[in-house]
Amino acid sequence: MKSFWALILRDLRLAVREGGAIGTALGFFLVVVSLMPLGLGPDLNLLARIAAGVLWIALLLAALLSLNRIFEADYEDGTLDVLATGPLPLELVSAAKALAHWITTGIPLAVLAPILGILLNLDLNAYPILVATTLLGTPAVSFLGAVGAALTMKTRRGGLLLALIVLPLYVPTLIFGISAVSAGAGPGGLGASFLILAAISLVTVVLGPVAAAAALRVQLQ
Amino acid sequence: MDLGPHAAFIWLSYAAVTVTVIGLIMWLIADGWRQRADLDALERQGVKRRSSN
Amino acid sequence: MQTLTQRLANPTRFMELSARLLPWISWATVILLVYGLYLAFLASPADYQQGETVRIMYIHVPCAWLSMMIYGLIALSSFGLLVFRHPLADVSAKAAAPLGAAFTFLALLTGSLWGKPMWGTYWVWDARLTSVLLLFFLYLGLIALRSALEDEGAAAKLTAVLALVGVSLLPIIKFSVDWWNTLHQPSTDFTSTVDPSMRLPLLIMALAFTLMFFAMHLKAMRNEILRRRVKALRAQAVAGRDRFGASAAQGAAE
Repeated sequence: MKSFWALILRDLRLAVREGGAIGTALGFFLVVVSLMPLGLGPDLNLLARIAAGVLWIALLLAALLSLNRIFEADYEDGTLDVLATGPLPLELVSAAKALAHWITTGIPLAVLAPILGILLNLDLNAYPILVATTLLGTPAVSFLGAVGAALTMKTRRGGLLLALIVLPLYVPTLIFGISAVSAGAGPGGLGASFLILAAISLVTVVLGPVAAAAALRVQLQ
Repeated sequence: MDLGPHAAFIWLSYAAVTVTVIGLIMWLIADGWRQRADLDALERQGVKRRSSN
Repeated sequence: MQTLTQRLANPTRFMELSARLLPWISWATVILLVYGLYLAFLASPADYQQGETVRIMYIHVPCAWLSMMIYGLIALSSFGLLVFRHPLADVSAKAAAPLGAAFTFLALLTGSLWGKPMWGTYWVWDARLTSVLLLFFLYLGLIALRSALEDEGAAAKLTAVLALVGVSLLPIIKFSVDWWNTLHQPSTDFTSTVDPSMRLPLLIMALAFTLMFFAMHLKAMRNEILRRRVKALRAQAVAGRDRFGASAAQGAAE
């Protein structure tokens, strides 16, 4: 367990020291969200209606940008080979790396989302729920993303392939993330979608590392 | 045969399925021929499988 | 069943058996297809609600059925590869993926050609159409991942992992799309119970398409086995030549 936390700390430290990756994801998020009104027109009523959807889609795309970072660098410099022979099972290695990705990408994106909501005239009542759903949904994004990153670790045109593989798997997270916001803003309260979103995140947090480890094992033999 | 006002849609969908299925079958047969030919060419060169066939 | 799959584990035996089986399946397919088309066009009435357009159903439903069955078959083969290391499992999964993508595409195409007269538009974000579209994306992902990897052994296992991830998420995806659909529009229910006059042609066509797929699948598996033999022989030939001129090659390398 100690080495599990050590691995997370190491990944966090690396992410902070490099810095650029988080900044790029946040900048991408900002640019995609601000392009939306330019494409759809500045009608504030329309923007308020689609704000949750736009924020979630932009968040997924921004997270996607940084997914291939999860394993690639460690594979290239041989760290992953060392980790594979170490005492920590690969399942926990994958879990640690996915968790580090969530902390360095998921949380900053979730925190930035309500600020960008201002640009889209998002209903003020929806703010706390938006933060809650993005925080609740982004673990699924990171852990499913880790599976995709492990599968495409050795491929050369990995980025596009990763998007093709992972985006269809994000559909449940997207649907329940958005429906929780729209249900929460209305009189009905949070509703079931919030709980289902939590369930999806839990399932992916448990199953994602298993699949990612299986994929890593194939390639590290 | 009178298929009513939407006959074009019916014919188009059957045509699409027919074309795709025939395309698949032709691809499978051509692929089979190619592999056979390659295998025969290799065997004529005297490359033999170690395990008995 | 176990003994049958075990006996089939030998590719040479599989080649013999499939060569004997393939003509039978092909002819059965042709007979069923002719009978099914006769039923679909000549011996069945137009639907009181859908009119003549119902005849698209006789190819749309079999394609939609195949799109799901083939993904199930790929998942099963992937399981067979990862757990039992069955030597033919990857051949089966690899051969099935493009066929599955083709039938899923046909299900989408015929569905939208049926939708234009029925719904007034080629595409409706109906729950079932959307799920099939996502299934199509899953097929594309499988094919793209395999084609991006050079090492065939690694490609086999990695696509198997992806197929199993996909099949375990498929119920959640289906559920979420249904949920999303009821959230956004009142469900358009065209799925009234199937009229008995439609049931027989549907059944025959579904059977014909299933047999047709199995014939194609067997043929594709045979091709794949031959392709692997050719590859192995070429590698063997190169290795033999290298051993022959080993000293020269070594001299050049150093």
